[in-house]
Amino acid sequence: MITLEKRPTPSKLWSYLTPIVAVIATMIAGGIMFGFLGNDPVAAIRTIFWDPIFGEFAFYYRGQLLVKAGPLILIAIGLSMGFRAGIWNIGAEGQYIMGAIFAAAVGLAFYPMEARWLIFPLMVVAGAVGGILWAMIPGILKTKFNTNEILVSLLLVYVAESILASVSLSLLRNPDGAGFPGSRNLRQYESSANNELIAGWGMHWGVVAAFIAVIFAYILLSRHIMGFNIRLTGESPRAARFAGVNPDRLVLFCLGLSGALAGLAGMFEVTGPAAQISIDFNVGYGFTAIIVAFLGRLHPIGILLAGMLMALTYIGGEAAQASLGLPAAAIQAFQGMLLFFLLAFDVLTNFRVRFGREVTA
Amino acid sequence: MDLSSINPILLIASLMVASTPILLAAIGEMVAEKSGVLNLGVEGMMIVGAICGFATAVETGSPFIGFIAAAAGGAILSLIFGFLTQYLLSNQVATGLALTLFGLGLSSLMGQSYVGIKPPATEKLDIPLLSDIPAIGPMLFNHDIWVYVSLALVAAVWAFLKYTRGGLILRAVGESHDAAHALGYNVIFVRLAAIAFGGACAGLGGAYLSLVRVPQWTEGMTAGAGWIALAIVVFASWRAGRVLLGAYLFGGITVLQLNLQAAGVAIPVELLSMSPYLITILVLVIISSDRNRAALNAPASLGRAFHASH
Amino acid sequence: MKKRTFLAGVAATALATAAFAGSHGDGPVKVGFVYVGPIGDGGWTYEHHQGLLAVEEAFGDKVETVYQENVPEGADAERAMTQMALQGADLIFTTSFGYMDPTINVASKFPNVKFEHATGYKRSDNVSTYSARFYEGRAVQGHIAGKMTKTNKIGYIASFPIPEVIRGINSAYIHAKKVNPDVEFSIVWAYTWFDPAKEADAAKALIENGADVILQHTDSTAPQAAAQTAGNVVTFGQASDMGEYAPFPRVSSIIDNWGPYYVQRVQAVMDGTWASVDTWDGIGPGMVGIGEISDAVPADVKAEAEALRDSLASGEYHAFTGPINKQDGSAWLAAGETADDGTLAGMNFYVEGITADIPN
Repeated sequence: MITLEKRPTPSKLWSYLTPIVAVIATMIAGGIMFGFLGNDPVAAIRTIFWDPIFGEFAFYYRGQLLVKAGPLILIAIGLSMGFRAGIWNIGAEGQYIMGAIFAAAVGLAFYPMEARWLIFPLMVVAGAVGGILWAMIPGILKTKFNTNEILVSLLLVYVAESILASVSLSLLRNPDGAGFPGSRNLRQYESSANNELIAGWGMHWGVVAAFIAVIFAYILLSRHIMGFNIRLTGESPRAARFAGVNPDRLVLFCLGLSGALAGLAGMFEVTGPAAQISIDFNVGYGFTAIIVAFLGRLHPIGILLAGMLMALTYIGGEAAQASLGLPAAAIQAFQGMLLFFLLAFDVLTNFRVRFGREVTA
Repeated sequence: MDLSSINPILLIASLMVASTPILLAAIGEMVAEKSGVLNLGVEGMMIVGAICGFATAVETGSPFIGFIAAAAGGAILSLIFGFLTQYLLSNQVATGLALTLFGLGLSSLMGQSYVGIKPPATEKLDIPLLSDIPAIGPMLFNHDIWVYVSLALVAAVWAFLKYTRGGLILRAVGESHDAAHALGYNVIFVRLAAIAFGGACAGLGGAYLSLVRVPQWTEGMTAGAGWIALAIVVFASWRAGRVLLGAYLFGGITVLQLNLQAAGVAIPVELLSMSPYLITILVLVIISSDRNRAALNAPASLGRAFHASH
Repeated sequence: MKKRTFLAGVAATALATAAFAGSHGDGPVKVGFVYVGPIGDGGWTYEHHQGLLAVEEAFGDKVETVYQENVPEGADAERAMTQMALQGADLIFTTSFGYMDPTINVASKFPNVKFEHATGYKRSDNVSTYSARFYEGRAVQGHIAGKMTKTNKIGYIASFPIPEVIRGINSAYIHAKKVNPDVEFSIVWAYTWFDPAKEADAAKALIENGADVILQHTDSTAPQAAAQTAGNVVTFGQASDMGEYAPFPRVSSIIDNWGPYYVQRVQAVMDGTWASVDTWDGIGPGMVGIGEISDAVPADVKAEAEALRDSLASGEYHAFTGPINKQDGSAWLAAGETADDGTLAGMNFYVEGITADIPN
């Protein structure tokens, strides 16, 4: 009989070891799946995990890892604050879209004026404001009418997608684009371009913002009273109330913060890697970031690492598609497996496994 | 503008069909949530159900066997979630999202050889006498069997939760797993059963899409229906009757907005296409602003892990 | 400084690749395809993949093909193309409008790799564009639709209000109206290229509002199935033949037939004759296929439709031949005048007679 016994404190050793064990387990299980699909399992695993970092074209992929991880980390950091306090913002995707639309609208309003020192910072602010406003809808509905924020934030993703389609076809459409949908290229407009800071490194302002957010979140959680309130509310809402935490203010703070960071991520994406507003601008960063937040155990450093790992499976997975002909579906299933194993082995951090007869209490 | 071209009888008949997939998925998820489990993997279970049902129906030639296979497929997939969250105590939100990701990938792999095939047709029940009633007949009594199954399931879940001992235990587990455990109930077993029921229902919902409503298999064909089902459970504040209301409301607005477009009503299309979501939010605000009632129904242990420490 | 080393690195790799391919004169030509959807969509991406298969079929082991599915537009597309170029692709087909800027960007970094971008308008020395004159097919559909409708109401499931879709609506309307002056179009915007459930609902809504012919500019077969259930509603296949619904409700189809073009371009790379071009081909060169007109269509209508098809193919007739007025009644084309490609490419107005408004 196998039983689990709760550890008095989470095991430090296992909290570092479980991700490694999980990745190895995924390689084995995934390798079996790739084998069944008629591919060489070793080659597939090497392409996904090794080549992007150390392979022949790593000089290109390493930068791309940052491009992919940046928005994931930035959004996940914001979400993790709310998740710690039991405030469930599932709609970061919508806030990401609105941040991008607001920022693009501001940038395009100035087109073709050359004043980067003014326009780019204004766009950053607009991106954050767009995200905050969209996140305040569930926030205010929750505090005023007790409406469930999971549902409202999620439904607003679909509304944001409709708005995105609409503005790419009308308001923000490129007037020189022969009637095709999509805005002007914001990366080719000097004042709004969010280019790589060092060419080829993948490091653009959004990635910098993600790193700053990690540090900021770390300090907030460990040093600041707001961080304490967040943790306290998550662990014991009653105790938090006795300690004088205003739950409504906490809801608005957490949703506002996650909205702002998601909006910023959208802003940096639309001015950088994506380069324009288009009907299919959003690619699911807001949803993937939820997974990243949990994989990182809602801890800033954990989120940083989880974001990089998630980015690796995307980049490596694409490489495996192009070079080995693995179907996209196999990569998706593989990512799902990786998450399952990471979550499953996490049990070892908090519990001790006992073999043998059940000890009667 | 010519509203007279919209036929209310046909409109209601098609809203019932359009709502059935989300109704099936939502009623299953509601049972899981009543037991205290938040499974965000509905979309993944639906799409796996869609391909299991489709492939089986094509291979056997029987849509009925297809639906059974879909329920089995959804249930098996949901038990991965059950194992991780109940035995290994993983976080439910993250595990559910992982399940969706995995389900989308797995279904595409399974469905590769089923693209562009027509499934065997699911017959409409022609209920004698009832379907001959003018207006009401074609509106309510001229559907395939699964529309009625979904309605029967809603009634059964309602009765089960309200009147049976099993329903009482399920609710107890969802309210306070520690108390239920102290009373000697097997919390994990109850939750696994609820999760599997949720998976089976989501599978049926998916199969209804691939075998009746569309009917064809294409990758990613659920296109967000699972998320809507999740939203409807919260919208319904965990009550079976309101799940039905929510699903039909959502399906109804979706169908109505397309009908308004077809009739040439001069409302901006963008506004129409976001209307199902906006109206759902609006109704939700009205329901939840009555503070006393809404909060009472949310299972108190929803989303929390249970570990028996003896 | 770092910038230069990176660019040098990329260029060196690209050169090395080109040199490698060159030195093995009879080594396979590597062709990459970037797809926006899954191959299993049964429509747009499926047909591009058929094109890939046609290339393999035509050249056997003289080509090596790679592809990547489900590539979102934007940064991911740039990465997918760079990846293929780095791994030695000689020719890359990027098969969605949204890949336009990424294609141009990547192409500027790999001057020795040839790029072919579908449905866009930006070209450079190593970027060609290609698209199909689907509106020619719409003209044939419109003719059949106008003849076949008994309720005089034709339903149109549209995706997004962009020139490509509007052009199709206009072309179908003009030719339906020509043979049936009482015809009316009711247009539903699905705001998606591909969502089977929504397309099914849209088709049902149109049928319930009295339409007995459904044209679709979305990619799934869901509207076909809805029409079949409804009974006597006529449909047309879109993107692929959708022959499983023939002979009725599907009476004909517009088929995206990329194979011949892809084979021709790969051949050009092999021969060293590839040059940047702008191709907009219709029925004539075979890029737009008209699926078999089934026997559900009366013989005389079928003959007329085939004659129309052939005159479009030979170039003797243009689908937009005046006199045609714009929706607001202002003159667009004088009698006998044909539309120029510039106006067609950016078409953002309905022609006279369509009662709805274009959403904006």
